[in-house]
Amino acid sequence: MNKKLGLSKSKINKSRQLASKITGKIQNYIDSHTTITVERATLRLLGADGANSEGIPVPNLIADSLIDKCPFGLARYYINALIKTGQEPEELNSQISKGLDISKIDLADPKAIEKKAGELLNLFDARLNANVSYRKAKIKEFEKNEKNPWIYVIVATGNIYEDVKQAKAAAMEGADIVAVIRTTAQSLLDYVPYGATTEGFGGTYATQENFRIMRKALDEVSEKEKRYIRLVNYCSGLCMPEIAAMGAIERLDMMLNDSMYGILFRDINMYRTFTDQFFSRMINASADIIINTGEDNYLTTSDAVEKAHTVLASQFLNESFAHRAGMRDELLGLGHAFEMNPEIKSGFLLEFAQALMAREIFENHPLKYMPPTKFMTGNIFKGYAMNTMFNFVTKATNQKIELLGMLTEAIHTPYLQDRALAIENALYVHNNVEGFLDEVEFKKNGIIKNRANQVLDETLEMLKEVNKIGLFKAIEIGMFADIKRPPEGGKGFDGVFEKDENYYNPVEIYLKSRLGLLEKKDIEK
Amino acid sequence: MNIVKAYGDTLNDGAIQLSFTLPIPFGGKAKEAARLFVLKMGFKHADIVHSAPLSDDFTFFVAYAKTENSIDYDEVEYTEAVDKAMSMDEVNAFIKQNFKRKITIIGACTGFDAHTVGIDAIMNMKGYNHHFGLERYPMVEALNLGAQVPNEKLIEQAKKVNADAIIISQIVTQKDAHIKNLTNFIELIEAEKLRERFVFVIGGPRISNKLAIELGFDAGFGPGTYAEDVATFIVKKMYEKMIEK
Repeated sequence: MNKKLGLSKSKINKSRQLASKITGKIQNYIDSHTTITVERATLRLLGADGANSEGIPVPNLIADSLIDKCPFGLARYYINALIKTGQEPEELNSQISKGLDISKIDLADPKAIEKKAGELLNLFDARLNANVSYRKAKIKEFEKNEKNPWIYVIVATGNIYEDVKQAKAAAMEGADIVAVIRTTAQSLLDYVPYGATTEGFGGTYATQENFRIMRKALDEVSEKEKRYIRLVNYCSGLCMPEIAAMGAIERLDMMLNDSMYGILFRDINMYRTFTDQFFSRMINASADIIINTGEDNYLTTSDAVEKAHTVLASQFLNESFAHRAGMRDELLGLGHAFEMNPEIKSGFLLEFAQALMAREIFENHPLKYMPPTKFMTGNIFKGYAMNTMFNFVTKATNQKIELLGMLTEAIHTPYLQDRALAIENALYVHNNVEGFLDEVEFKKNGIIKNRANQVLDETLEMLKEVNKIGLFKAIEIGMFADIKRPPEGGKGFDGVFEKDENYYNPVEIYLKSRLGLLEKKDIEK
Repeated sequence: MNIVKAYGDTLNDGAIQLSFTLPIPFGGKAKEAARLFVLKMGFKHADIVHSAPLSDDFTFFVAYAKTENSIDYDEVEYTEAVDKAMSMDEVNAFIKQNFKRKITIIGACTGFDAHTVGIDAIMNMKGYNHHFGLERYPMVEALNLGAQVPNEKLIEQAKKVNADAIIISQIVTQKDAHIKNLTNFIELIEAEKLRERFVFVIGGPRISNKLAIELGFDAGFGPGTYAEDVATFIVKKMYEKMIEK
């Protein structure tokens, strides 16, 4: 890509080095800890599924009966129960849902457990490979119809069957990516609900069955439209790794997954979140799932002009954490947003500068660009005009994942027609703006170049400061999103465990080996 | 009497623009169905100026129509929580002069609602659109509990910090979740006999002063509200209650 902003390469490199130092210290903590949901995700990937008559999922029933065994890893107890009962996972799950307590079963020989683990992991490996190759084949088959950027829309009816109708309509109108937004508060549930659901507020429960229903619908519409329609869900909250596990199994294509979002915006404990994001990202990387990070959210609580550098600093940190979990750049949909007050003079130039800056710094990353939300009002006509400006910046600066703004953003969850109008606007602008960036150069010391360089300078300063005090402390004093979180506060801290030296997790070993993380101790040095 | 009708380009032309979707396939018949649908709503001279398929089974329409209905403007009854907001400095001076202490305002987005944007706009230091939030007011102790706060917890905290006013933001209104949640809040307040202890204010994109009063709150604020509107109402209401005693 021909670069136009004159950003200092050495400052960018220095920022990356600092980010790596900062995340390295956190990684030491992550490597020596596990969490209750990492253990439940492990059980899910080995075959644990289903729920009892009260709706408590089987992975939770197992984990709750073995809670004091978390430091040793729960995988061996589930595998042991399979060996000792001679049952397939499906039968065993059914027994557990009816009350079988596997913590009471004597442990088999470790060799036998490892052998059985190998068999189970072969099944998972085959599933992953089948999903990855199916997706690759479909993308290849429909390559000529692929749009740039990808148009991303949200459905949020609360009822998965209603979501299907809306998703299909959106895909037929031109959407390339459909996200099923989750019901409010799911991020704070310490379990993943089971089965198809038809009741939710502001969104639909993320369940494995709902994933399956939407996947099937989008596969059908993909064939019809001759475009591969990508499915997104939210790999965040207290069950982050379990959602990753479900998404890997059901072939989701993208996951909202941020290393700090849960800490800042959901008040989830920081030790828990950092440990969970690592395991989640290993799963996402193995399943070739693109992650979307949540930096756009910073600008809903902080000022988009004053705090632009916090977005870039966080992108460097998210990138570094993701590299440590074996993710390649092509899977990193780093987030940012068009959130400046529309009254700002030359605001468009500042937005343009920042969007292009992200593009030039993160060259191979499918950047996720978010529309105006904070300054959207009930004036849908003004809102539609703002979204047009957003569409222009998106296309002209070559962003990859464009979450479309809705004209009714400040009013209600989108109506069918709101989404259609948004897509029509985006397609019009994309087509009209094609080739724009190739045609322009930016003035030396002009607003655009100066702005981009200023944000990078401020980012470097911020990363130096974070490196000096440590990321835990930086979050504690509110350096990100102006939100302060104490290290031992927040939800889910009681679900974090230091690994015993006899910790055993065959899924973790499998993922690390698949991603080449076993041999490389510190991949960023 | 002041009889008025919608204005397009001529007084009393009754011109209205509409857009909507019908669950029918796109085509000439769909357009005619949409036109009849608009007429059935009571409009005259409906024109479907645009129609487009949204999927195999849904069609979008833009319509212009004329109404013969009118309203007597003089007969409209309406009250606003605040007629004219005081500025931040005026609010602070008012508090100093009348209460001779700092007042405490506690706020949250309650229930399952995860959106902090409304409560932040009113409470956070920075405020919104160059209108400072309550945290910035020297004479206000502002406590923002954030989102997804259970009603019980908000009430418990309000008692603990001996708040003067409780403000609640509700953004999600799907399936009337906000009504259920706000009703539950008032029921808890009544059960604990706390109705007289605090000033109660709610806000959100679908909240009006009328709705708030119907639900049992002291005031409600809709879109376009800033911290000074809320602060003005609270200090005036507190003053009113103080005088009554």
